[in-house]
Amino acid sequence: MISRRGRKLGISNRFAANAGSAGLLPLCFALLIIALAFQSANANFLTARNVSNLCLQLAAPGILTLGVMLVLLVGEIDLSIGAVSGLCASVLAVAHAHLGLSAAPSMAVALLVGLTIGLTQGAVVVFLRAPSFIITLSGLLVWMGAHHILLGEKIGELEIDDPTLRAIASAFLPSWLTGLLIVIPGAAALFHGVAAEPRFGLSAAKLRILGRAAVYLLTAAVAALVLEQHHGAPFLLVLLIALAVASTIVTEHTPLGVHILAIGGNAESARRAGVSVAGVRIAMFATCSTLAAVAGVVLASRQLAVDATTGGGSLTLDAIAAAVIGGTSLFGGRGRALGAILGSVLVASVENGLDLLGLSGDVKSVATGLMLFSAVCLDTLLQRRRGASV
Amino acid sequence: MAVNGERPLLSVRGICKRLGHVEALREVDLDVPSGRVTAVLGDNGAGKSTLLKIISGVLQPDAGEIQFDSRRVRLSSPRIANKLGIEAVYQDLALCDNLSVLLNIYLGRERRGARIPLFGGLLAFDVMHEEAARYLAELSVELPSLWSEAGRLSGGQRQAVAIARALLWRPRLLLLDEPTAALGSKQTDSVRRIIRTLRDQGVAVLLITHNFTQAIHMADRIVVMRHGRIASRFDAGQIDAQQLLEAITGEPAGDCRTP
Repeated sequence: MISRRGRKLGISNRFAANAGSAGLLPLCFALLIIALAFQSANANFLTARNVSNLCLQLAAPGILTLGVMLVLLVGEIDLSIGAVSGLCASVLAVAHAHLGLSAAPSMAVALLVGLTIGLTQGAVVVFLRAPSFIITLSGLLVWMGAHHILLGEKIGELEIDDPTLRAIASAFLPSWLTGLLIVIPGAAALFHGVAAEPRFGLSAAKLRILGRAAVYLLTAAVAALVLEQHHGAPFLLVLLIALAVASTIVTEHTPLGVHILAIGGNAESARRAGVSVAGVRIAMFATCSTLAAVAGVVLASRQLAVDATTGGGSLTLDAIAAAVIGGTSLFGGRGRALGAILGSVLVASVENGLDLLGLSGDVKSVATGLMLFSAVCLDTLLQRRRGASV
Repeated sequence: MAVNGERPLLSVRGICKRLGHVEALREVDLDVPSGRVTAVLGDNGAGKSTLLKIISGVLQPDAGEIQFDSRRVRLSSPRIANKLGIEAVYQDLALCDNLSVLLNIYLGRERRGARIPLFGGLLAFDVMHEEAARYLAELSVELPSLWSEAGRLSGGQRQAVAIARALLWRPRLLLLDEPTAALGSKQTDSVRRIIRTLRDQGVAVLLITHNFTQAIHMADRIVVMRHGRIASRFDAGQIDAQQLLEAITGEPAGDCRTP
């Protein structure tokens, strides 16, 4: 018997692809606890200034997390994202400083380099059937080396002096624009809820949409009010949110999204259903590396310079940890952009909080490592349980 | 080999296929007429599933020719086979366990609704749900909610999803690879009933099985495969289990046979 109206609304349920994951509520709860813990340890944690700073810190790892999530969804991995972002940052700086290109063309060149890298790595993985783990690990070495060679040993650092490039990380939205960006989607969501069946009275589906709209409006309003006390909403936050919304639309509302999840779930089944498995896989590698290039531009703009450490350190593993903490499965076929963003907020909050407490980078490294470790253990346990239930 | 003077819907000639070092198919000829159930019977490794995958466009033959509706076709991908009206239910069911039943049914052929700039048409969940629910009720296929995850269903339900997915597209040629392997007797009866209904509507059914009782019960024509070749062909009405067993193994079935 098929119950025609007895269905649960909500995208994750409609896809069913995340029914076996832990869901986002525990994540929100963990975030709350972390925020309260750091706040009680250091009263600066939840100040407008630090929240604004956190948003700026979050942008590059957040963008990388979205990219690596797409690759994880098709059952692959990309370990080269940090190195690609570093290389693209130096491409941007060199194109601007040495070739004399203005801001927009330099950025275009940087993104194009990212795209080309992604297409290449994706094509090698798909057509040679090579493990993406090793291909992108060797990519990491190649792009990191290229990054250092490009900067040149003697210079070591290239300053970003172009006002447009500097503005990327230092621009803030005027209050009226922030207001519009919050109110318009909020009003649309409320209207959508009110217009949902039944026209009069309340149904579970209707309450759900209205509830979500309310949660969205409340969160956005509080965030905006806090940020307004310190320059306003950073452009980078808006960029990250826009990319997250775009990822959500693609993965949860388009046929391409179904194909992405299907490939991660069972690539051979997807192929037999007529899905272009090779094409979609390559496209995900290409998108991931292009997003890494965007992150590189963001990093360059934030540091006001590019040096050998840009894109290095724990950036790649932070992004993968954030994706997995956010519910993306390392086994493919499960994950949501919203979760990935919440995961990267969590990782960034922990690192920011440890910074405020004056702890060393080594402690941060241990903390991120432990977070990745626990998330992977949880993911594996959930996967085993799903396997057992079939 | 035309049946009753009609041209068969599908006609396969001289198909050869190597899989690694194994010659899976050697010079296979096969006709599948409309309105008939043609069973391909054989032991494990006889090449049955390979033959099905070639007809469904999943595998490409090394040599040979395929005619569909009296026209020579190249089934270079599952999508091309689907467009001609060929649907397959695979032995492993080819479901994506992480997706809902609904998305499994529409995988590769999703219905699009509202268009938005940059992203194209969005998934029309409600349209798909309505259409699938209506058609499945018509077939009286029993499923839990269409929104449930395919991996959480029982073996019988998964089989039902795989069959429902093939039927929704109203195939002209339906390929079934061991469709009742995971089913209990009641569900097997229901599959048998569906196959009969489709046959009576003029659908060509190709049934792959290693179970000769099933072949005798369900099929109109039986083709026996052995070691990648077609060993013999029978009319289902004019053969008994004994003869079939001999044809499958290639050996006389023992002393009890009357001379």
